[in-house]
Amino acid sequence: MKRLIPRLLLAPAVATLFLWMIVPLVMTLYFSVIRYNLLQPDVTGFAGLENFEYFVTDPSFATSVVNTLLLLGSVIAITVLLGVAVALLINEPFAGRGLVRVLLISPFFVMPTVNALMWKNMMMNPIYGVLAQVWAFFGAPPVDWLTDFPLLSVIIMVSWQWLPFATLIFMTALQSMDREQLEAARMDGASYGQQLRYLYIPHLGRSVAVVVMIELIFLLSIFAEIFTTTGGGPGDASTNVAFLIFKQALLNFDAGVASAGALFAVVLANIAAIFLIRMVGKNLDK
Amino acid sequence: MKFRLATVFAAGLMAAGLAQAATELVIATVNNGHMIEMQKLSKNFEAANPDIKLKWVTLEEGVLRQRVTTDIATKGGQFDIMTIGMYEAPIWGKKGWLQELKTDAAYDANDLLPAIRSALTVGGKLYAAPFYGESSMLMYRKDLADKAGVKVPENPTWPQIADLAKKIHNPPNTYGICLRGKPGWGDNMAFLSTLVNTYGGQWFDMGWKPQLESKPWKDAITFYVDLLKNYGPPGSSANSFNEILALTNSGKCGMWIDATIAASFVSDPKQSKVADQMAFAQAPTAVTPKGANWLWSWNLAIPAGSQKVDAAQKFVTWATSKEYIQLVAKTNGWANVPTGTRKSTYASPEFQKAARFAAAELKAIESANPTDSTLPKSPYVGVQFAAIPEFQAIGIAVGQQMSAALAGKTTVDAALKASQVAAEREMKKAGYYK
Amino acid sequence: MARQSTYTPAYAVRTVAAWAVALLLFFPLGWLLLTAFKTELQAISVPPLFLFEPTLENFHEVQSRSDYLHYAWNSVVTSVASTLIGLAIAAPAAYAMAFHKGKRDKDILMWMLSTKMMPAVGALVPIYVLAQKSQLLDTQLALIIVFTLSNLPIMVWMLYSSFKEIPHEILEAARMDGATLWQEATRVLLPLGMGGLASTGLLCLVLSWNEAFWSLNLTAAKGGTLATLIASYSSPEGLFWAKLSAASLMAIAPIVVFGWFSQKQLVQGLTFGAVK
Repeated sequence: MKRLIPRLLLAPAVATLFLWMIVPLVMTLYFSVIRYNLLQPDVTGFAGLENFEYFVTDPSFATSVVNTLLLLGSVIAITVLLGVAVALLINEPFAGRGLVRVLLISPFFVMPTVNALMWKNMMMNPIYGVLAQVWAFFGAPPVDWLTDFPLLSVIIMVSWQWLPFATLIFMTALQSMDREQLEAARMDGASYGQQLRYLYIPHLGRSVAVVVMIELIFLLSIFAEIFTTTGGGPGDASTNVAFLIFKQALLNFDAGVASAGALFAVVLANIAAIFLIRMVGKNLDK
Repeated sequence: MKFRLATVFAAGLMAAGLAQAATELVIATVNNGHMIEMQKLSKNFEAANPDIKLKWVTLEEGVLRQRVTTDIATKGGQFDIMTIGMYEAPIWGKKGWLQELKTDAAYDANDLLPAIRSALTVGGKLYAAPFYGESSMLMYRKDLADKAGVKVPENPTWPQIADLAKKIHNPPNTYGICLRGKPGWGDNMAFLSTLVNTYGGQWFDMGWKPQLESKPWKDAITFYVDLLKNYGPPGSSANSFNEILALTNSGKCGMWIDATIAASFVSDPKQSKVADQMAFAQAPTAVTPKGANWLWSWNLAIPAGSQKVDAAQKFVTWATSKEYIQLVAKTNGWANVPTGTRKSTYASPEFQKAARFAAAELKAIESANPTDSTLPKSPYVGVQFAAIPEFQAIGIAVGQQMSAALAGKTTVDAALKASQVAAEREMKKAGYYK
Repeated sequence: MARQSTYTPAYAVRTVAAWAVALLLFFPLGWLLLTAFKTELQAISVPPLFLFEPTLENFHEVQSRSDYLHYAWNSVVTSVASTLIGLAIAAPAAYAMAFHKGKRDKDILMWMLSTKMMPAVGALVPIYVLAQKSQLLDTQLALIIVFTLSNLPIMVWMLYSSFKEIPHEILEAARMDGATLWQEATRVLLPLGMGGLASTGLLCLVLSWNEAFWSLNLTAAKGGTLATLIASYSSPEGLFWAKLSAASLMAIAPIVVFGWFSQKQLVQGLTFGAVK
């Protein structure tokens, strides 16, 4: 009986998620094997693997997969490394700590489309953007971010938006560290580097896993930023898998191919997740 | 606790809504200045028709299109009146998704500009009422042209424009010419389609085969890439209307070819530093004047099977009537009326006086013909687009390649080849040919 | 406890460094803030203006053009409701997994997360059709359901993570003292887990608040949230950055204010947890 109650607690979450997942998933599976284009309601019938074939033979397909993984990897790396650094920096008290925390967290509250527009027009524009002015101040020619470094520009925008999230999680984790252990180590004369290595970093293991997994989920479906700033270009330099799905779903209105693409994205995500879990997931079980 | 409160509140609101006897119309619209004006002035309509209440949903163009298309295709019934472009109207009209608009003599449908009206008519039936129309034209800095000793004719040619760009190119103060480069069927491809048209090209031949590797395409795109590389501003491959508007208004562009509505912005001293120096001419031509300037309109349409056809029709005819234009003129002045729809607007002397660009704009719109915009005969309707459902996806794929060529990431030939492959792929899948 | 003087050189260095980093990271947002008070012409000027005469015209425009309060209210209702419901479902699940290990917990967690991995844009048509058939288009309820279910996996994951930090000896001790499940949960777990609950709740609140894709596609005039409001400001033809900045500011303001107050709660809850 004692074992049963806790498992019952698990039930609502599992049940709702199951329903939530099953119905759209089944529908998506169904759509992916039929011909279903919103603009051609008279074209119906079983399509077999046609939709999948069409999706993966898109000329930009290979590039989009690479770009997706690059985007994922870069943003995760940047936000985790910088997030830990910033969290460590503000871990100890200093003047105006509360205000600094709010300043650091606020970029996360900005809506992604606004974020994208802001970076494109106010910061990165090579003529009237702020970054161009800074470059000019130092006598260097302004960098044409969106033309020459499209994927990097998107990575910068997205990292900026997600860094506060990582910082918040790490901040929370650091605050829950055992103070006495830290004091003891310090009094024993441990250097900051040693403290980092033996106390801080191990403690952050689980939070890093959380941040990585959550960012993985969200970063996979990023396309608003790409659509607003570079339109996937120049060429397909900043096209990712979500953009390809978007092209099929909301430009072609081909729900069949879009569903096939969505399923492919799930497979890709699971592969990436398994890979990442191997790297950081051991901390799940600690 | 908050949730319970919220549900009670929500239930109360719903009950209140049900109690009203008035017909409620949900209008989906795009957020350009004229539409926003219409929203403000719709109080006049509500006052004159107390049994009709209006609810507005304003969205950005791309999102609007996705939203209304999804809704009308799945018969979602979310919107009673939809703002659609000249691209959707013929496609949806042919599919029978739109309600035919019946107008009376007072509305004077013959006053509508013929080019626009014909683009919205399928099988003799009018399916959408134009609210605002535009073409494209050349806007240039007269002071810079004078200084360079060049007089820009009313119908310039592209070689002349290239020459002028070279003369007035003076970075970083002014760049010779600014043109769209951001990938998108309605962004860079809108302009490039007209460029290809005037070089004698077309999107699809009569057998629906894409023509993207033909000589006119090659000539046009090579010219475009060279022109912007030499005399254009940095960042062109991500620039669309708004970015170039900002550049022109702050004096950075010597010339700009884009939508006629831009003329009203760049000559408005409240938002443009160079308002008084801007002059206007027709879009440049090369091999042929056909299709050199585009045609576009935003229109109001009613989904077929709507339960509120009468009320919706009332609003649609009100918003696109001569009286509405008079209303806007009275409230905001003639310079701010929605243009590009009726002959009577252009005939009005007050409008001509208030809008310096009126004559050029009318000439541009009247010279555009969506059914005959290419030198070789084409199977599609549309000047800067092909009114087929596949065009959006093709347009963005090609647009991406053109942007890459402009950014120097690929050669023009490679870009055109990749575009041809992408276009053929979509057309084959859609079953136009095997 | 004897401590050295708080104002050491290390303190000063840390203050300067922290402020420098914070200001640098905040700069783009600060720029957005400034732009909200400029005219459209000032917003695009080169070089960018730092000093200018501020104007409130953009805020007036936003207020008069769109029904800010209506959209804000929808945002509040959908975000708060979905967060609370989500927490109510997720917390017990996380508790069960953290303290009563089952054999398949890891698999369940991974499966929960993988339900989120499908890009929303791919599932648009199925969900739209579902919503339409259940007559939930353009309602707050539709958004509440979608948000709750979207955030549920994340909530379970994060709460599980933070509950794992709590040493289970404390809970066992309470149990041995004869506490019922309910008492164990409210008297012991809740205070210790407050930090985790708070940060999870805040994260999901923000995610729901900023959620634009479903808001734009499933709602129109009645159920629209602030995301819909913002979307109405990026105009295809016409300058809009100053207005968009003002609209964004008005959209961010409630949640930033909330964040500012709740971060004090966060800290309280956290230090509570650290004191053993």
